[in-house]
Amino acid sequence: MSVVPDHSRDARDPPFGFWRRSYAMVVKEFIQLRRDRVSFAMIVMIPVMQLLLFGFAINTTPRNLPTAVLLQEDSDLARSILKAMENTAYFRFTREVHTVQEFDDLLLSGKVLFGVEIPRGFERAVRRGDRPALLVAADATDPVAAGSAMSALGTVVQTALQHDLHIGDPASPPFEIRTHARYNPAASSRLNIVPGLVGTILTMTMLIFTALSVTREIERGTMESLLSMPITPVEVMLGKILPYVLVGFIQAILIIGIGVLLFGVPVYGSLTLLALLSTLFITTNLAIGYTFSTIAQNQLQAMQMSIMFFLPSILLSGFMFPFAGMPVWAQYIGEGLPLTHYLRIVRAIMLKGATLPNLQYDAVALLALMLLAMAIAVMRFRRTLD
Amino acid sequence: MTAAPALAPAADIAIDVHGLSKSFGGREVVHDLSMQVKRGTIYGFLGPNGSGKTTTIRMLCGLLTPDSGEGTCLGYDIRRDADKIKRQVGYMTQRFSLYQDLSVRENLEFVARLYGVRDARGTARDMIKRLGLNGREEQLAGNLSGGWKQRLALGACTLPNPQLLLLDEPTAGVDPKARRDFWNEIHALAADGLTVLVSTHYMDEAERCHEIAYIAYGHLLAHGTVDEVIATSDLSTWTVSGDGLNALATELAGKPGIDMVAPFGTSLHVSGRDRAAMEAAIAPYRDREGVRWQHGEPSLEDVFIELMTRATDNFQ
Repeated sequence: MSVVPDHSRDARDPPFGFWRRSYAMVVKEFIQLRRDRVSFAMIVMIPVMQLLLFGFAINTTPRNLPTAVLLQEDSDLARSILKAMENTAYFRFTREVHTVQEFDDLLLSGKVLFGVEIPRGFERAVRRGDRPALLVAADATDPVAAGSAMSALGTVVQTALQHDLHIGDPASPPFEIRTHARYNPAASSRLNIVPGLVGTILTMTMLIFTALSVTREIERGTMESLLSMPITPVEVMLGKILPYVLVGFIQAILIIGIGVLLFGVPVYGSLTLLALLSTLFITTNLAIGYTFSTIAQNQLQAMQMSIMFFLPSILLSGFMFPFAGMPVWAQYIGEGLPLTHYLRIVRAIMLKGATLPNLQYDAVALLALMLLAMAIAVMRFRRTLD
Repeated sequence: MTAAPALAPAADIAIDVHGLSKSFGGREVVHDLSMQVKRGTIYGFLGPNGSGKTTTIRMLCGLLTPDSGEGTCLGYDIRRDADKIKRQVGYMTQRFSLYQDLSVRENLEFVARLYGVRDARGTARDMIKRLGLNGREEQLAGNLSGGWKQRLALGACTLPNPQLLLLDEPTAGVDPKARRDFWNEIHALAADGLTVLVSTHYMDEAERCHEIAYIAYGHLLAHGTVDEVIATSDLSTWTVSGDGLNALATELAGKPGIDMVAPFGTSLHVSGRDRAAMEAAIAPYRDREGVRWQHGEPSLEDVFIELMTRATDNFQ
């Protein structure tokens, strides 16, 4: 059986029907876009933020890298050498230590990228023509950050000698600089990137899991029912966050497992410590996502907030570009991002075998960020529909 | 309108609020509303869309904070003791607000756990049996039909054994059979001592309530039993039947003394507040051929429509 189509005039497509309908859709979309403030802000914010960050903050040949000095001899020659190092603009002496232990701890915790050791009796040895060695230890976990500074060391001897020409013969330098690339001597960027990816992937997934959680309840109408029942904001928050701590933990095991098995990334430190601090980091991100969820009006806004948080996290945390190479203002922003602290933690534990005392500062920072996010979320959570 | 009931002992009063007002964005949605609901009664809350019924219900259970006014719900202060009120009040929202992606059983168990019911699984199982939802316990709530969703929602809000049920248009969009079953259930619950405040648009449902209140544009316009509300309306109504009613309706509408002309099936209801003026207005039409005039009682609907028209004049 077939149905004869009706060819009456009314059933026919009006002239330019395609364009009229498309136009109607375009007008509607523009109206909705104009009403959606956050989308509108994103149109402006994302390009401006990206440009400013890439333009100003990112420096692939970073200078002014924090350096510690272990000065076992206070001589004119030692001062000239340090001065010459600073003149390369790659090194900035931020700490002076007195024991080898302190020196190692600073490198281990990532507070400095370089350490210079001027041994006792250095100047006397130079005058005797013994060609003593001056040790420069570098944290090579990020080969990009350490690379150019290391290669600049070659000129330091010459510069230093310009001030103390009376010593020795420039053709055969009276002392040598022995560099020691610690933690990643082969300068494999993979060793740096894989632990970094653990943090980056966790940031992205954890944020999105909780960022939608409250707005989804509001949009589906279930919030009204939930609020009419005896449950407190803290209980709602814990209930929304805890399941994903487990999810994040499984995800972390997956990424680290693949990193170790497939890419040969070592784990020198304690797995327990890594698991503990990773859980803290996961919870911090979940808390931040949840906070967005209590601020956003709808799921789209919550997603947009997550993206606007995720972008600087990648750019300013030291994941893509060396943290020490960023201008001070960008470093301050970076210190406010959980990923910055976790990257130091995960790299230090996996590549350097760091222990909790080395990572105290970053662990406390993560904890503080988590509590701050939770406090905001609990305050922002509206217990009524007012 | 009836006089405010004499102050009853607090133990007999479930809801006792005075002067509740609430505005949204500068628009007053509820104005100076006072009401008392006795324990164990079914109290009908009527009024047109947007009249402030939902807002009032939300203020009663602590979901909204009144701008002014005060009162108690189950003896607890509605401003300070929202947490205590929530433990003893079951609130059924206008829109289905259980989790669509959880099964019937999972939804009920969730509610049971939230209220700290000891045996959540067993309680949920009993409720499923009581609701007649056997065989559907693993079905997702979102896939239930309208009538079943409404039963499930009622089950969820009665599960923690509340003392007061707040039902916001529970039967909207539900078929007549399901509606009747639902009302039988409500009466059974009230017989057990539960207080029920239910908002509705349906006149037949209003007549199944022990007491009703009519609210329009945020003002409580009338309350009492159905008979009291009709008796105090001062409305005098004539029922006209016969031929040419459409033409007659057009002629009568707007005549001084005639406040309302409304077709009811094959007859016409003509009502007026001022009896004398109304009799005078219809006198010329009384002897028209083919139509029969009969003096009758106004229906509840006549009274409400008249209240609403008057409210429009006063408050809009």
